[in-house]
Amino acid sequence: MIEVEDLWRTYEMGGHALHALRGVNEVIEDGSHVAIMGPSGSGKSTLLNLLGCLDSPTRGQYKLAGQDVAELSGDALAEIRLHRIGFIFQSFHLVPRLTALQNVELPMIFAGLHPGERRERAEVALVSVDLADRAGHRPNELSGGQKQRVAIARATVMGPGLLLADEPTGNLDSRTGAQVLDLLGRLHDEGRTLVVVTHDPGVARRADRVLVLRDGEIVRRVSGDEVTDLGSLFSSVEDADKVSEQAVQKVGR
Amino acid sequence: MTLVDLLQFAGNALLQNRRRSALSLVGVSIGVVAVVSLTAIGEGGIRFVADQFSSLGASVVIIAPGRNETTGGIPRGIGGIPNDLTLRDSIILERRIQSVRHSVPISVSTDTISFGQRSRNVPIIGATSDFQRLQKLEVASGQFLPEGEADRGDSVVVLGHTVAKELFAAGNPLGMTVRIGGWRMRVIGVLAMRGTQLGMQVDESVFIAVATSMRMANRSSVSRIMLELYPKADPDRAIEQVKKLLIERHDEEDFTCISQDAVLESLSSIIRTIALAIVGIAAISLAVAGIGIMNVMLVSVSERSAEVGLLKAIGATRRQILGVFLVEAATLSMLGGLLGLAAGTGLVLLGNQLYPAVDAATPIWAIVAVMILSLGTGVGFGVLPAWRAANLDPVAALQGH
Repeated sequence: MIEVEDLWRTYEMGGHALHALRGVNEVIEDGSHVAIMGPSGSGKSTLLNLLGCLDSPTRGQYKLAGQDVAELSGDALAEIRLHRIGFIFQSFHLVPRLTALQNVELPMIFAGLHPGERRERAEVALVSVDLADRAGHRPNELSGGQKQRVAIARATVMGPGLLLADEPTGNLDSRTGAQVLDLLGRLHDEGRTLVVVTHDPGVARRADRVLVLRDGEIVRRVSGDEVTDLGSLFSSVEDADKVSEQAVQKVGR
Repeated sequence: MTLVDLLQFAGNALLQNRRRSALSLVGVSIGVVAVVSLTAIGEGGIRFVADQFSSLGASVVIIAPGRNETTGGIPRGIGGIPNDLTLRDSIILERRIQSVRHSVPISVSTDTISFGQRSRNVPIIGATSDFQRLQKLEVASGQFLPEGEADRGDSVVVLGHTVAKELFAAGNPLGMTVRIGGWRMRVIGVLAMRGTQLGMQVDESVFIAVATSMRMANRSSVSRIMLELYPKADPDRAIEQVKKLLIERHDEEDFTCISQDAVLESLSSIIRTIALAIVGIAAISLAVAGIGIMNVMLVSVSERSAEVGLLKAIGATRRQILGVFLVEAATLSMLGGLLGLAAGTGLVLLGNQLYPAVDAATPIWAIVAVMILSLGTGVGFGVLPAWRAANLDPVAALQGH
C-alpha cells in the first residue's frame, strides 16, 4: 500500500522556489490501477518519481508498505527499486548496445543472480511479452512496440508488486499502444499495483481511479469510466476557481 | 554483481565506442612500451658489462701504475719519480702471494704491422700465455703465446681475427713472417672472431710476448699487471697482501689496485641509476595517458547519463555504478598495458636482433610494476568520472541531463 501525506517537492530555480508538488495526499491500495493525468508541468512525473523512490520529497511523508521511505538509506532505496518497483518509460530506456535478452537480464545482474538463472528468467520474461524470437536483437532492430515490451519484461523480471509507467504509449502508434496497454492490464490482473502517468484519456479510462493534477495539486479524483475527454477534466468550475485563487496568491506575494 | 559481470558490462560499453576506446588505450600503451623497452635496455646494459667482466675470469685483481688520487692535496712524487710496475714485480707477486694463481704483466703500445704491401696500425698487446685463459681468448688456428717465464721474449706473434684477414686476405698466415715496427716476427696463431669487448678490441689487436713488447718500445715498465686469484681466495685479503708487498718494494703506494668486482659494482650502479631516471620519465607518460582515460570516461559518463539513470531506476546501488565505471576505466588501461607490453617486448626482441651484443630483456619486476602502474592509472584516473556517475541525480540523468 502507498500512503502519501502532504507531499511537497520544491526545486530551486535561479534563486526562487518552484513548487512541483504542493501537498499531495493519496492512498493507493495494493492491486489497484491508478492513472495520473494533468497538463504538462502539473507535477505528474515528479509524483511518479517520488513514488518510485527515485526522488525524495522536500516535505511530507511517503510510506511504502508501512515503511517511511525518508528513513531509508540510499542502498535500501536501491533495494526497493530493484525488488519491489518496476519502471516503464515513454522513451523505453533500453541500453542500445545490449540485446533484448541482455537488457532484461540487467536488473538481475545488480541483484547478483547467477548467470544461468538470469538467462532462464530473462527468457521466460521475453516469452511472456511474446518476444522470444527477438531475444538476440538489439534495440535498433526492434519496433517501438517491441522495445516497450522488452522494457516491460525488464520491469517485471524481478517480480515487483508495483509498476510505475510514465507515458508508456507516448511514443507508440495507437495499435501498438493498445498492445502495450493490454499487456500492462494483464500484469495488473495478475495482482500488481499499476500507476500510469498519461495525457491520453484512452489510457486513463482503463484505470480504476484517475487523479487529475494541476499545478502540483490533485484537483480531481474520478473513476476511469468518468473519463470522457480532456475538456471535461480540466475545465471544470472547481478547477477554474483554483487557478484564479492561485493567481490571487501570486499577486499577493 | 560479480567481477565477471562487471568486466562483461565494461567490455560491452567499450566496444560501443571502438575508436575512442582504442585511442585512449594506445595512450597507455605508449607509456608502457617506453617503460618496458627502457628497462630492458638498462638491464641489458648491466648484463653486458657484467658479461665483459666475467669473461676476465672468476676473480681478477688489476694493478695499474700511479696512485688514484681523489682527495686532492699536495701531489705525491714531488722530488722523486714514482717506481713503475715492472716484470720483476709481476714475477714476485706470483711467487710470494699464495692466493695468486697467475700474474700476467701486460704492456700495451701501438705500432705498424705489415706484410708485403699491406700494413696497418694496430694495438700491440704484450702479455704471457696465461692471458689467453684470463681473457677467454679462442684460437682459430695455430696456438697462443708459448708457455714460459714472463721475461722470455720470443719473436712470435698471434694475430687478431680482423688483422689476419686484412693482411693475408684468404691466405694462411701461419708460419709467415710479418714486420712490426722494425722487428720481424713469425705468426704462430690467429684468434677466433670475438666482437667488441669492453676496453679492448681483440679482433683488431696483435699479441706478442710481454718482454718482446717492452724491448720493442724500449720500456722497462709494464702497463698493467693482472692477477688471477685461486677460485676460493678472498679478493680483499689478496689486495691487502699485494699492496703490502708492492709498498715494500716501491717504498710507497705508487700504484692502484682494484678488484674486478668493485669495478663491476660501480659501473652497474651507474647504469642502473641512469636507467631508472629514464624509466621515471617514461612513467610520466603513463600519467598523461591516465588523464586521457579520465577525459574519455568523463565524456562517456555524460553521454551515458540516461543509462546511468536507468541503472539507478532498476535498482543499481551507488557502489555498483561506481564499480561499473571504475572497471571500465581499469579495463581500458589494463588492455592498454597488455598491448604496450606486447609491443614493447616485440621492440626489445627486434632490438636484440639488430644489436646482438646487448642482450636486452625487460626484468620481471619492471613488467609487474608497469602492469600494476597501468592498472592503477585506470583506477586512479577513473575515480572522478565513476564518482560523478554514481552521484548523478537519477531523475535528471534519465532525462539525459
